[in-house]
Amino acid sequence: MERSTAIQSAERGAAPPSIEAPCAVETQCVLRFQNVSKTYRHNASRMVLRRGLMTWLKRSRIDTFYALRNVSFDLGPNSSLAVVGANGAGKSTLLRCATGISVPDQGRVEIRGTIAALMELGAGFHPDLTGAENVLLNASLLGLTRKETLRQFDRIVEFSGLGSFIDEPLRTYSSGMVLRLAFSVAVRVDPDILVIDEVLAVGDIDFQEKCIAEIMRLKQSGKTLIYVAHNLPMLRQVCDQALWLERGELRMFGPCDQVLDAYEAAPPPPTL
Amino acid sequence: MSTIVGRRPVEAALYSSIMASVTREGTRGDAPLAPPTPSGSRGGGNLLFLLHNLVLKDFRIRYRNMSLGVLWSIANPLVMMGVLTFVFTRIYPNPSVPNFAVFILCGLVPFNFYTLALNAGTTSLLDNQSLVKRVRCPRRIFPIAAVLSNCLHFVIQIGLLFVFVLAFGYRINRFWPYLGLIWALEILFLSGLSLITSVLDVYYRDVRYLVEASNVVMFWLVPIFYTFEMVPQNIRMFYLLNPIAAVVVAGRDILLHARAPSGPVLEALAIVSMGALVVGMVVFSQLERNVADQL
Repeated sequence: MERSTAIQSAERGAAPPSIEAPCAVETQCVLRFQNVSKTYRHNASRMVLRRGLMTWLKRSRIDTFYALRNVSFDLGPNSSLAVVGANGAGKSTLLRCATGISVPDQGRVEIRGTIAALMELGAGFHPDLTGAENVLLNASLLGLTRKETLRQFDRIVEFSGLGSFIDEPLRTYSSGMVLRLAFSVAVRVDPDILVIDEVLAVGDIDFQEKCIAEIMRLKQSGKTLIYVAHNLPMLRQVCDQALWLERGELRMFGPCDQVLDAYEAAPPPPTL
Repeated sequence: MSTIVGRRPVEAALYSSIMASVTREGTRGDAPLAPPTPSGSRGGGNLLFLLHNLVLKDFRIRYRNMSLGVLWSIANPLVMMGVLTFVFTRIYPNPSVPNFAVFILCGLVPFNFYTLALNAGTTSLLDNQSLVKRVRCPRRIFPIAAVLSNCLHFVIQIGLLFVFVLAFGYRINRFWPYLGLIWALEILFLSGLSLITSVLDVYYRDVRYLVEASNVVMFWLVPIFYTFEMVPQNIRMFYLLNPIAAVVVAGRDILLHARAPSGPVLEALAIVSMGALVVGMVVFSQLERNVADQL
């Protein structure tokens, strides 16, 4: 998790951080997608050596599809972005490129600052470790130092509201409890960009309200939020910008209410 | 605080003795001058903290599900030592080697560590895929953590080796400090090799089977049950290019012959081990970028 500008670019090696005006006001840009495309293989069974050799020998082309096609947008600090779209529209791929977990095939992604992502329940956790042990592991994965982690430890546990369950192995947790732990760690890492992928839905009402309050607090302190969800009222409450993906392409990007209105009015696509 | 350290003091003590050098450096780095903001750059201190947590995770998971715990890592070399000693003193007697049991153990200990650490290192990215796929972190840490967490077995087996060496009447001599050097070089070599095999295993899942097969080949190509002097003169140089063979040869010189390991052996070991680490880093960084998509 580099503090400085991190760039993934399709052209390997050609990546000294470019400073030429990415956003309207250059220094205000936190996340920038520039013509980003990402393809995946069709019938992506695991590559084994035999298939790899055959493809190489026959020079056959592997059938691919676009999970993201030519997506560009800029995001400043202190903004919160809602990402909407049907299942399989590329929302998660977009988040993976934004967090630097995946590298786009074409185009470039620029990230300024630290990112913490709540991508999938249980990600970055191990089922056999206790909640407390997982807090340490997860915090170190997200880039916290030992000293910071120990300092934040009690607050993380307190925020999660897990009480004595914190010493039980994670496999005994319900999904709501896993979410409580994951969210508590992610906000304590105090990221510049917080990415949330649908996971809040499994929390109970109380905890969801607590999360929203925490998200608002982050927003007010100038942090950036990227939030993928299908709960449109909640998105309207939290976000001020929205991005609508359809089959990997950017259908609409703009003020939240405007994009969500259009998204709600649009007929569902016949097939994914 | 007790909740953080875990419940098994023995395990924790063994662990901390192994990691002592690493963590000491880490705490020094974080100590009084660390910036108060948590999101400072991922400096050495953070990486070591991550490494520390990953190794600790491996320990906890492995020994929580294993009632006999570390006894297993003693049982394996003892059984192998018994069998090989039986075969090579009763069936193919080898009169040129005194104290055959200790002789064998000198070969088995570095070899066992090689197989365990390489197997664990090769599958490390897949074993940790929930971390690799969902969190952005320096991924080269996973194979290295896998190798380091197998050092517990290595340390226990080294202890066993020392017990046998002393029990058979050999003395501690002034060349013993060399042992630390050669074993450290073996760890470097395995870290480099694991960087390569782990990232290849993500792309081609058969790599782990190739590695397992190569371990069997390696058993015969390392002078475990024969002496280095039995190897024909004209191929000895190739032998020493294999770091595991070099570690065995040097270890026997120190422990059984009370002499310093020969210069060429040490040089070959050092060059190949460091080279493996450099090549491993380069290969890993080249292939790393698509790892999350292939998992």
